[in-house]
Amino acid sequence: MTVQPSSPDSALIHARGLTKLFGDFVAVDGIDFDVAVGESFGFLGPNGAGKTSTMRMIGCVSPITDGTLQVLGHDPRTDGPMIRGRIGVVPQQDTLDTELTVRENLLIYGRYFGLSRAECGRRADELLEFAQLTERAGDQVEPLSGGMKRRLTIARALINEPDLLLLDEPTTGLDPQARHLLWDRLYRLKQRGVTLVLTTHYMDEAEQLCDRLVVMDKAKIVAEGSPRQLIAQYATKEVTELRFPVGVQETLNGQLDGLAERIELLPDRVLLYADDGEAAVAAAHARGLQPETVLVRRSSLEDVFLRLTGRSLVE
Amino acid sequence: MTLMTRVVELRAMQYRRTFRASIFSSFLNPVLFLLAMGVGLGTYVDQSGTATQALGGLSYLQFLAPGLLAATAMQAAAFESTFPIIGGLSWQKTFHAMYATPVSARDIVVGNLAWIAIRLTSIAAIFTIVMALFGAAASPLILLAIPAAVLTGMAFATPIMAFTATQRTMEKFNAVFRFGITPLFLFSGTFFPISNLPDAIEPVAWLSPLWHGVELSRRLALGTIGEDPVQALVHVAILVAIVAVGTWFAYRTVESRLVLG
Repeated sequence: MTVQPSSPDSALIHARGLTKLFGDFVAVDGIDFDVAVGESFGFLGPNGAGKTSTMRMIGCVSPITDGTLQVLGHDPRTDGPMIRGRIGVVPQQDTLDTELTVRENLLIYGRYFGLSRAECGRRADELLEFAQLTERAGDQVEPLSGGMKRRLTIARALINEPDLLLLDEPTTGLDPQARHLLWDRLYRLKQRGVTLVLTTHYMDEAEQLCDRLVVMDKAKIVAEGSPRQLIAQYATKEVTELRFPVGVQETLNGQLDGLAERIELLPDRVLLYADDGEAAVAAAHARGLQPETVLVRRSSLEDVFLRLTGRSLVE
Repeated sequence: MTLMTRVVELRAMQYRRTFRASIFSSFLNPVLFLLAMGVGLGTYVDQSGTATQALGGLSYLQFLAPGLLAATAMQAAAFESTFPIIGGLSWQKTFHAMYATPVSARDIVVGNLAWIAIRLTSIAAIFTIVMALFGAAASPLILLAIPAAVLTGMAFATPIMAFTATQRTMEKFNAVFRFGITPLFLFSGTFFPISNLPDAIEPVAWLSPLWHGVELSRRLALGTIGEDPVQALVHVAILVAIVAVGTWFAYRTVESRLVLG
């Protein structure tokens, strides 16, 4: 691409006080963030946190209500079509054309960017290869599996060779195998230097794909950092999960106090946040506690989220 | 460069799958109607002296065919501005996928309307050929009945598209057809002259966009347009005005639907 960002700032996306209102409802409440070139940036949060509204503003399809937003150095309010020409969008819901074949879906999408038919054909074949859909090129879209449709949607978003790829919950609803295949494809894009911005409510996805992320809750950003930084800052090295027989957890009262730096009572289990998980287990046993199952694991972004909001990420 | 043409390209790409069946039914529809009503029913009508007098000395087939041409354009326009549009905006959301690219809301509205106009032109042209085969074309001016029918159709397509963009389900489409399209089809001078309506109701026909289209198309097919050119211009002006207002509303509703997601 020959178009240069008009601002000296090297940030691909620059947001300050970014706000989106729908009537009285505050979807995005004055958030600040920057995304650098080549970075993989994530919005992590539960449904309704404002992730999709933010993505739609970045994608220049939803006008901002207040604040500043610059995408590729330009203002979405005045340069929407130009910005849209340089980004790729993978929406939450596959918006594929079921009246067309797999390859036709790519061809026509390239035409929307003003590409010639020959160029669309060349890129479509390349992208079919990348999305591992070459054998399905002439098939209708409908019989494809969820994972294939998702890969096709990603391939479609790459037809204009975008500087920035926006992915809204790229793997929601996919089985584990399909998710891993998709992560692999996204990882390759990242290796090629494509800047990725994605939303997710899966912490494993955020840990796999994001260099840096913000945690969103109730329209606000509540934490920011790399997955590792966030875990170090808001959780302990290890987490011990204790599961008691039904009805027992409610009777424990003060018996857990002091077993760990922090204790989280969930409806079905108790989480002990202590750097040494085994020591915490030993201490619990020494007090005569008899959990049904014990699991010592490394802490994850889920724990970060729980710490920040007092709730699980995926209910 | 306008990307509106790329929207037309998409619709053409989608149409390619049903092309043969669609062209065939564009032939079959007028053939069946003109056979059953024009020839079948017409044989009885033409035997009645009072009927022939009311039709101004025309055979029923000659009277009916051009009216039916305009009415057919209306029906096709109503169909084309409901289902494919709600499909793109709410079901498959392909228009939202387009809107994520440099294609604008205006491109999407104008491109779809252009596609509907293309479809209506082919339907009206085929209808006109069938009319000629039935001997229902009295004047070479009938060629101008094709754009007249397209204009009539667009006077329906534009406001109906504006309405469609406000809907998330097809529930209310039935009402559009049942209480809008069907009564207009029956009472806009297509099957009998509106002078046969009760005097109190007769002026109401002026409110029917289809009546203006039927009148235009009939006078062109019969070559009598020159008898009252002012009235013909009024018909055209009214239809053009509806298309202009309808397009503006369609732009507003489609854009707000795209922005809302």
